[in-house]
Amino acid sequence: MKKTAEDYRHINGWGIDSDPLDVPNYPMKRRTENDNKGMIWERPAQQPALVEVLHSNERPGISAVFGSPNPPSGLSGRLRRFAFRYSESTWTHWLALLFADRINMMEGLGDDLKRGHIPNLFAEHGGASELKYNKIGLARKLLTVGAIITVIVVVNKLRSRDDD
Amino acid sequence: MNYRGPYRVRADRNKPMPEIEHSSDAIVRVTRSCICGSDLHLYHGLVPDTRIGTTFGHEFIGVVEEIGDSVQNLKVGDNVLVPFNIACGKCVFCEQGLYGNCHESNPQATAVGGIFGYSHTAGGFDGGQAEYVRVPYADIGPTIIPEDMDHDDAVLLTDVVPTGYQAAEMGGIKPGDTVVVFGAGPIGIMAAKSAWLFGAGRVIVIDHIEYRLEFVKKYAQCEAYNFRSLEDPVLFIKKTTDWIGADVCIDAVGCEAAGDALQTITGRKLMLQAGSATALHWAINSVKKGGIVSIVGVYGPTGNLIPIGNVVNKGITIRANQASVKRLLPRLIEHIQAGRIDPKAIITHRIPMEEVGDAYHIFSAKLDNCIKTILIPPSARK
Repeated sequence: MKKTAEDYRHINGWGIDSDPLDVPNYPMKRRTENDNKGMIWERPAQQPALVEVLHSNERPGISAVFGSPNPPSGLSGRLRRFAFRYSESTWTHWLALLFADRINMMEGLGDDLKRGHIPNLFAEHGGASELKYNKIGLARKLLTVGAIITVIVVVNKLRSRDDD
Repeated sequence: MNYRGPYRVRADRNKPMPEIEHSSDAIVRVTRSCICGSDLHLYHGLVPDTRIGTTFGHEFIGVVEEIGDSVQNLKVGDNVLVPFNIACGKCVFCEQGLYGNCHESNPQATAVGGIFGYSHTAGGFDGGQAEYVRVPYADIGPTIIPEDMDHDDAVLLTDVVPTGYQAAEMGGIKPGDTVVVFGAGPIGIMAAKSAWLFGAGRVIVIDHIEYRLEFVKKYAQCEAYNFRSLEDPVLFIKKTTDWIGADVCIDAVGCEAAGDALQTITGRKLMLQAGSATALHWAINSVKKGGIVSIVGVYGPTGNLIPIGNVVNKGITIRANQASVKRLLPRLIEHIQAGRIDPKAIITHRIPMEEVGDAYHIFSAKLDNCIKTILIPPSARK
């Protein structure tokens, strides 16, 4: 038997937005006179580009505003510039960016050390919470790492013995 | 908050204060900031062009500290909630209410509008997991928090509630429809809750985290099932809908879905596809012929393994987008004020900003029954 609104009385607001015509914000396609005309809108004022800003080659230039922190630099920056020669439709673009991210991670570590800052990897990885809420999981991870190291050490020793 | 590489974040007192860089900017002092499930994709190193030193955070509220010359709708001292999408309000997309697809806020990619703290692929803006944040187009996105609104509710209006609501809205739910939501995270919880507002006849949530399933069952008054205890979730949906399939399926998981070894290995471990598309795969195969699949889960920009042939053969409509927060806010504020949605009930953790490494790890590893984490900056605790 088909259920009625009465069956859903326990749910506050059941069906209140079920009529799209009665919901003022329902996403009807709002055709405007600017449809199908390209980038013809009155553009917002341009944020001055005081740092290097890379832009997709699928647009003619930079957007009116953009984030200025962390402009491209170093080896990762060179790779990012390379990536932006390719469109968003290519794997080259995205894989180069992902690769640049990994290089950038090493650069970040180097920058920390250059500034005399030794990263607290325990805190950065959330070690305290692991210790507090996941003791068994942590023990399991440590045992796994310990086992892997032991195997590597034993294999190396056996190899060096064979070489002798 | 300062990103240092996959699974590494730290609190950093040495980051420079943001400045007005455009006449439409405001500087906002953050009072609450959430960690979003999609922040985990950044944290796990899955989003291309996530540069070291970036501050994450696209769900935040705060107090206006400074405004640019052209800002008219805000004044210093206003309490504002800031939608996660950065929208100019002038381009053809904003004009159509597609505030999540602005063309004047992201130079680096045309496929996505600007988003606070979401990598250079989303514009390179620093985010709100900080004490202060630069907010461009301050006359468009930021909305003054109603005086009677709890600020915990307000911060969840910046993303979680609108995204969950839009997931249901895009489903085109008709009264009596069976709606299946994949994912019992904060977005899935809100999608399930919102499905009733559109008149769903039955709401089913699928996940594998038991405490989240227990929560959503009570919070959204829906059915909830652990896919690890179902032999095949798609088969289960077919059986429970009299062998027809669900009218609407919602993917509220995105690119880090569990449940399928091939997807996990190729998507999350080897990164040969833009994340693991297990939930989307199940959604397409669980929905009835002619049904609707609504996607709000976040995926990367390259490509994913999904059964597109079944989309064609079943005549499925797929609707997807980043939530258009500004468009949805008036209605959602009404729903909260009328008690139809209680966003703050999903908050499980409040963590000082200085402990951001632990906050991310707790959320990422789903420790301590975590559903939603709020970071509180030192200045907001005084």
